[in-house]
Amino acid sequence: MPTIYIDDEAYQVPEGDNVLQACLSAGIDLPYFCWHPEMGSVGACRQCALVQYRDAEDTRGRIVMGCMTPVADGARFSMSGGSAGEFRENVIESLMLNHPHDCPVCGEGGECHLQDMTVMVGHRNRRYRGKKNTHRNQDLGPLINHEMNRCITCYRCTRFYNDYAGGKDLSAQASHDHTYFGRQEDGTLESEFAGNLVEVCPTGVFTDKPLVNEYTRKWDMQSAPSVCVGCALGCNTLPGERYGKLKRIHNRFNDEVNGYFLCDRGRYGGSFVNDEQRALFPGLRQSNSTYNAIESIKAIQTLVDWCVPGNKLAAIGSPRTSLESNYLLQRLVGEENFSNGIAVHEAALIEQISGILQNGSVATPSMRKTESADVVLVLGEDVTNTAPRLALALRQSVRNLAKEMASDMKIPLWQDEAVRVLAQDQLSPMYIVAMSDTPLDDIAAQTLTLCPNDIARMGLAIAAQIDSSVPGTEGMLEGFDTETQKLITQISDSLKGAKSPLVVSGTGSQNAAVIEAASLIASALQTNGADGNDSMLSYCLPEANSLGVTLMRNEAQISLDDICQRAAEGNIETLIVAENDLYRRAAKEQIDTLLSKVKNLVVLDAIGTPTLSQSALALPAATFAETEGTLVSSEGRAQRHYPAFLPAEQRDSTWHWITQLGQALALPGFDELDHFDQITAACAAEFPALQQICEASPLADFRNKGLKIPRQTHRYSGRTAMRADISVHEPKQPQDDDTPLSFSMEGSNGSQPGALLPFVWSPGWNSNQSLHKFQSEAGGALAGGTAGVRVLDPANTGSTSKKTNLPVESKAKKDQWQLLPLYRIFGSEELSAHSPAIQELTKKPFIQLTPEDATKLKLSAGDGLTVNIANQDCVLEVQVNTTIPRGCAGYSVGLPGACWLPPATSVNLGKAEIRANSRGDDV
Amino acid sequence: MHTFTRAETVEYPEQQPYLAPRYRGRIVLTQDPDGDERCVACNLCAAACPPDCIALQQGTRDDGRWYPEFFRINFSRCIMCGLCEEACPTNAIQLIPDFEMCEYDRQNMVYEKEHLMIDGPGKYHDYNFYRVAGMQIEGKDKGEALNENPPVDTKSLLP
Ligand code: SF4
Ligand code: SF4
Ligand code: SF4
Ligand code: SF4
Ligand code: FES
Repeated sequence: MPTIYIDDEAYQVPEGDNVLQACLSAGIDLPYFCWHPEMGSVGACRQCALVQYRDAEDTRGRIVMGCMTPVADGARFSMSGGSAGEFRENVIESLMLNHPHDCPVCGEGGECHLQDMTVMVGHRNRRYRGKKNTHRNQDLGPLINHEMNRCITCYRCTRFYNDYAGGKDLSAQASHDHTYFGRQEDGTLESEFAGNLVEVCPTGVFTDKPLVNEYTRKWDMQSAPSVCVGCALGCNTLPGERYGKLKRIHNRFNDEVNGYFLCDRGRYGGSFVNDEQRALFPGLRQSNSTYNAIESIKAIQTLVDWCVPGNKLAAIGSPRTSLESNYLLQRLVGEENFSNGIAVHEAALIEQISGILQNGSVATPSMRKTESADVVLVLGEDVTNTAPRLALALRQSVRNLAKEMASDMKIPLWQDEAVRVLAQDQLSPMYIVAMSDTPLDDIAAQTLTLCPNDIARMGLAIAAQIDSSVPGTEGMLEGFDTETQKLITQISDSLKGAKSPLVVSGTGSQNAAVIEAASLIASALQTNGADGNDSMLSYCLPEANSLGVTLMRNEAQISLDDICQRAAEGNIETLIVAENDLYRRAAKEQIDTLLSKVKNLVVLDAIGTPTLSQSALALPAATFAETEGTLVSSEGRAQRHYPAFLPAEQRDSTWHWITQLGQALALPGFDELDHFDQITAACAAEFPALQQICEASPLADFRNKGLKIPRQTHRYSGRTAMRADISVHEPKQPQDDDTPLSFSMEGSNGSQPGALLPFVWSPGWNSNQSLHKFQSEAGGALAGGTAGVRVLDPANTGSTSKKTNLPVESKAKKDQWQLLPLYRIFGSEELSAHSPAIQELTKKPFIQLTPEDATKLKLSAGDGLTVNIANQDCVLEVQVNTTIPRGCAGYSVGLPGACWLPPATSVNLGKAEIRANSRGDDV
Repeated sequence: MHTFTRAETVEYPEQQPYLAPRYRGRIVLTQDPDGDERCVACNLCAAACPPDCIALQQGTRDDGRWYPEFFRINFSRCIMCGLCEEACPTNAIQLIPDFEMCEYDRQNMVYEKEHLMIDGPGKYHDYNFYRVAGMQIEGKDKGEALNENPPVDTKSLLP
């Protein structure tokens, strides 16, 4: 480690850092704007100036930019020497010449890096008396507010949006002090990661639009460490609450998972929590199908009556709620009466994946690690739409070639512009074999679209090329035309030469053979790839806890079909469904029959669903932001989310509802379950695969320097006025016995484990840039340790999943179109689809046809088409897509209004009812 | 000694003491010189308040102005320190020379926006925040605030 001297003080700093990073790591507050730990330095803002001296004798020195100066052993710097301090103040003063007098009405105020830096350099008085430049703002869609006057031209936005996230529609325009950051014209920012601009921009140019429309300052938000429930990746989040409403979701740094960034589904998808339709009280269904609000005591009594022994009981859990809720429900009714509520075919796929990850030989990487892949093969998955944040990680992986070239030339990797210029547009290879075009296609070396069976065949052919001993793949290659054969050879050669090859697949194609093929390629690479290669295999899963409830599975549990069967036989009197809309799990017909056969349907849910509206007793559940729970991400990382605020009225956590019921029924063991930790421990004890989940975060008795960890900032305001309209007598702050966090500003937020970080703030650092004060070094892991624990490590028992049948080549059948499941980041996921901002971006259910098919069927884009899927008429908007494989049609899965799609469905579109030129309006 | 000094005590309430205009008494929310609500719901008063007795929620009006959807002061907690007035960047919140606000019931000491608003600018007659701020509102386009140039033409590369 080199030693540098700052104001004659010696510091040991990490080799290869720049001086700014080294200063921040050493706790020296050197102001900066444009440097970003994830995006490196470009030296654009000139804020991080200090004086560098040639040697100890040099007294004059010269001004250098900290972020552009590599550390070198013995180098001498000064923060205050010479004119450095004055220089930094002058930089701020010049940035402020055109800055509007906006702080009071600025959505950044109070967490503004520009405010912080201005105070830090001591700039106080405006001397300039000239006029300020102004700019017109743009309407950038429902997610992001634009106020261009506040720009300081640090270029962070375009560097993130274009260079890092691959966006195309944001640019720096005009020149000199007219520089403008925006789109060519008004319109929604296209990137799925645009929301990160809110956190990346150090000023109030880009702010969170839903937040600004009902604004709360950062210091007034109560927040807690949470985990995104938008997909299975388990990004760490910080939901902020005020007056009982979820105000916004910010990124929570986790160096192995989401780093500094979230996707827009995660950032904006949480406001379903504020849905006014959510019930506040349990509801008992009356004979006229309306609900009577009842007290929770009464609800539990009703439940006790319905659950008495002898009554035939069954329960359905859910992959979108915690392990604890699922576990308790299973314990309540007995495992032989419990289904985890995943659609039958999907459950098989997830089990197959969990088998591969547990027993196979190839490790599944953390999201951070996927960024190190030098060759990527995506097999059958539209990653951007099923596991969005992973797509952003994959966008970094293709830059490894550039990084390698830079390392060869001894260019430090934080020299961002130099590294980019060096490689120009050369990228590490990524190959995408999917069902249609995907948003990652622009960085792929080659793309090919096929139907799922053919994707699997192609995967097997690639595996066979890498390792000819892979069983069951003989002759696979010959089944393809010469062009595809060439591509297969190219992909396998490329993978074989890779040091860190990564295969990405998932449940998206709903095809077991695709999943199998991906695993075969990854293990073939392990044996036959480049020497010492670090082969990686990553699967995208559908929901936040898909893997968790699958690891919780045991032989006795039953499937959704079994439940239907039992109900049909009259063997279910009371059915308890927890946080699950069954209409998203099976055909409408099947669920209608099931529910009609059950006498007492009890549904616990936080959102309104068609299942809930059929219940005899509806119990209002708490959302992720109002309760604790453990989720297992697709990487196999168990993570705990904590309530940011308490559920209103008689809403309650699912786990608490069930504990109360179990205790009321005097079921054995339930009286010992008073605290959440005990439930987690009981769950861990019962399922070997989940043994380690208790380590996901510290237990409730953990104290930080003897204190609890505050959910509120030290400047949380209005404590004696918030509820004064109800009563002037302030109640005691709610106690939290289930977690180490407190519902107050008292306590210590500092060096506690990363899983318990409720917000970042440090004296003088009000913005999210204060994060470096919580990191082991600027840009490094959290000082308290990375949140979550990996429960999956490959056992290499050799026995992966059951062998799947070899996929048959698909042949286009006359008048039959195979429906390919296509997903959308906005709308395909159930919870986020209830958020108003996401709804504005959600498309109508659609069907995608090739231009030839559209012509043949006399359809054009925008037409309405009624398609009968699983005996249900579904009105779809026609879209024309040249990349849809022959004999197939793309079908939007999960969008509000779309029907449930059975696996491998084919439809006769020739017979479908056309509503020409309706432009889908009557949908 | 004190025998010879003049008594400061007055026969209140028959006799009213003189209170200087800057006396820190009851708090009001004032209007700008154009007669529109001054408070922009920036939350600075609430943050400055030592007993945390101010609570409000920002909203955005159709004309683009930020305003408090509700604004509440719990006077049973207020210590009349005036820090809220000092923190206020728009001169909206002001303390006035009126201290006669006793109640038998503490609950009546909770003032909502309608109890706090007055018709007029209070002590500061001229200041109008939105004429200085860069944010565009109805009736004040970009470039029309104090000391502003007209919006730049991003298509032009001329100096
Ligand atoms: S960007 Fe920061 S300094 Fe500028 S108006 Fe907003 S809060 Fe104030
Ligand atoms: S818009 Fe924000 S991020 Fe972009 S250059 Fe301006 S201040 Fe920097
Ligand atoms: S990628 Fe998934 S987990 Fe991450 S923020 Fe987006 S929806 Fe949430
Ligand atoms: S006068 Fe002081 S105590 Fe009273 S509201 Fe203002 S800041 Fe709070
Ligand atoms: S941070 Fe160093 S020049 Fe901007």
